Amino acid sequence: MTKDEAVARLTDIIAKFVDYTGKVLPDDVKKKLRELGDQEDTPLAMAIYEAMFKNQELARQLNRPSCQDTGAIQFLLKCGAKFPYLGELESILREAVIQATKNAPLRHNSVETFDEYNTGKNIGKGIPTIFWDIVPDSDQLEINTYMAGGGCSLPGKAMVLMPGEGYEGVTRFVMDIMTSYGLNACPPLLVGVGIGTSVETAALLSKKALMRPLGTHNPNERAAAMEKLLEEGINQIGLGPQGLTGKNSVLGVHIENTARHPSVIGVAVNVGCWSHRRGHIVFDRELHYTIDSHTGVEL
Amino acid sequence: MAKKILTTPITAEDLADIHVGDIIYLNGHITTCRDVAHRRLIEEGRKLPVDLDGGAILHAGPIIRTLSEDQYEMVSVGPTTSMRMEKFEEEFIKETGVKLIVGKGGMGEGTMRGCRDYKALHAVFPAGCAVVAATCVEKIEEVNWKDLGMPETLWTCKVKEFGPLIVSIDTHGRNLFEENKVTFNQRKEAAIAEICKQVSFIK
Ligand code: SF4
Repeated sequence: MTKDEAVARLTDIIAKFVDYTGKVLPDDVKKKLRELGDQEDTPLAMAIYEAMFKNQELARQLNRPSCQDTGAIQFLLKCGAKFPYLGELESILREAVIQATKNAPLRHNSVETFDEYNTGKNIGKGIPTIFWDIVPDSDQLEINTYMAGGGCSLPGKAMVLMPGEGYEGVTRFVMDIMTSYGLNACPPLLVGVGIGTSVETAALLSKKALMRPLGTHNPNERAAAMEKLLEEGINQIGLGPQGLTGKNSVLGVHIENTARHPSVIGVAVNVGCWSHRRGHIVFDRELHYTIDSHTGVEL
Repeated sequence: MAKKILTTPITAEDLADIHVGDIIYLNGHITTCRDVAHRRLIEEGRKLPVDLDGGAILHAGPIIRTLSEDQYEMVSVGPTTSMRMEKFEEEFIKETGVKLIVGKGGMGEGTMRGCRDYKALHAVFPAGCAVVAATCVEKIEEVNWKDLGMPETLWTCKVKEFGPLIVSIDTHGRNLFEENKVTFNQRKEAAIAEICKQVSFIK
């Protein structure tokens, strides 16, 4: 494979994968929605879950994006320092988004700030968003793809608390968002919480938290306990599907954390909606790929 | 429970025994109508090109495929946040005689008054279910104010069992989202108190 062929192949696969993730939800989200839907016993909540399942079925059959808001496209990378196409990756990802936008088709969701016009291609300055993690001694490329919708990006919030406010302050920060903006972000939500030392570390962690498969836990015992407490607490609010009341509120709560300066606690929240369009694909240096977010994908 | 289906033109009597939280469906016609159309009618006093008396509107900006000069196909349509139209909606209901407003999320005091005094409903279509909504559209029958661009154009659609629509404001002065908010906040405070007992990690 020449370099040009490799670049074309990588672009093509990523474009098709992004297209696919706009139409089919990942396995873990599908399973969790079923589980939550089965617990509901009011006609209202049941009717909404039924509409969701029917929608996903129709989207697949008719090959259409399942939600009209296909989001701003984001890529969270773990790229081996020895991955042969590291240098080309940024332009490959942009090109892949242009292709997916045309073929899927995706809604045009990239507006240049200040100049305030829609580029019509889903690319712009810094869009698609690319978050890099370089992995030394690896020749693999791991990509999390994400469609960040407007409704589910809106509740996002970060701030720096004083240590005196403690994890009690973190709790209130997270919970308040649930009943203000969270309500309209199409629950059941996936709640990503970042805890770090400043707004940007916390904010990035909160987005990374949304990339974790459902049902995984933070390796720190206390953090894992807090995930569980928040999950139970938010579920007790009973937002239900679409915020119209029900037995539960969330798909899960994920906390990601780093150390902090002794004088501050940086905290951030990012939410994913019921239509949590995340994909996970891993390439080796020969560009063989494995997809573990969705089974049975044919690209 | 039998499916409750409204058919346009809708009368005030049709709405009398419908309450917040009920699930309804729509047969007949619904016209997409959002920000600028509301503004034109209320602020600029222009007459709407569609007769909405007894009719239904949808707060939405659809994706439409043009098949030929005057033939269109609904590809995807999802409700947009209704609250943006709150400022105009009471007047809008009074002026047009519209009987059903469909959107996303709740609306406020004004719309509640409009629905109560002039007999109309606000209902939500589950967001994120754009393909279900699009496939309920049998045909796009009329197109008006195309100068507003695809999302804002008034697309009059013939629909069959369009729904589920969850009634959020009824003709009796009730507003589901506002009522829920009170309960949610009470439950939230209780949950916070419970969690805070167990997260005193800083000692
Ligand atoms: S919040 Fe999610 S499901 Fe709801 S409209 Fe936005 S992208 Fe679609």
